[in-house]
Amino acid sequence: MSEGHHHAREKSPSELRTMALEALLVERGLISTDAVDAVVEQFQNEIGPRRGARMVARAWVDPAYRERLLADGTAAAAEMGYGGAQGERLVCVANTPDTHNAIVCTLCSCYPWPVLGVPPVWYKSPPYRARMVREPRAVLREFGLELPETTAIRIWDSSAEVRYIVLPMRPDGTEHLDEEGLADLVTRDCMIGVAVPGVTEGVAA
Amino acid sequence: MITDLPDEAFTEPWQARLFAMAQVACSSMDRPWDAFRHRLKAAIAEQPDRPYYDSWMVALEQLTGCSPPDG
Repeated sequence: MSEGHHHAREKSPSELRTMALEALLVERGLISTDAVDAVVEQFQNEIGPRRGARMVARAWVDPAYRERLLADGTAAAAEMGYGGAQGERLVCVANTPDTHNAIVCTLCSCYPWPVLGVPPVWYKSPPYRARMVREPRAVLREFGLELPETTAIRIWDSSAEVRYIVLPMRPDGTEHLDEEGLADLVTRDCMIGVAVPGVTEGVAA
Repeated sequence: MITDLPDEAFTEPWQARLFAMAQVACSSMDRPWDAFRHRLKAAIAEQPDRPYYDSWMVALEQLTGCSPPDG
């Protein structure tokens, strides 16, 4: 396996094949360049983990929203204006002092796009997909997350029907923050479950 | 290590295009996303070490029945 990435002008075989496939699909009338541009743009600028972070922050400040989120994630996302699921249900799983949750897709790369955007490369990689189920505690440690032995870890394997998102616990010392400030603490990794929100020194000060 | 792998969704712009092409094709063919997902799953299972977006390309070619001639 070569690590030699060329960032020069030359195009890789995969890039050339993608261009050829796009031209062919346009010719057959199955796609238009404009429609593809629009989707690329949407995922670049609009659909991303900030959406999930806003839902988490809302759940932290509004117990009724938290209840709705845990009862029906799809509806709770729609309530914030976040739709566009591809027919699957969004299920939110809440961390507690006793249980930590994390998400994976063991067979491919299913992920709650409408609220987290496109998953990172590592999420789609064979080692994450295999090891997160087999030895989650070791994987979390590699991400810098050391959980107490008394905390159980639950791994949620995405499927055709269901996509999961983790609701982390609100960190202590955040009483002074408003919803937007709280959302700033919630990274994508917190909602995958490979991190927990921390109060950085800058925020706590 | 897993954490040595890129944290971005795409490492090359063509991957983002391919990602979008699958969604546009699915909806214009009036096929559920699951029709694509099944093929992606099979393409990954067939060659687990193939780069992820190359498997995505195989799945898209199978879904649409369109394959560029091998260069």
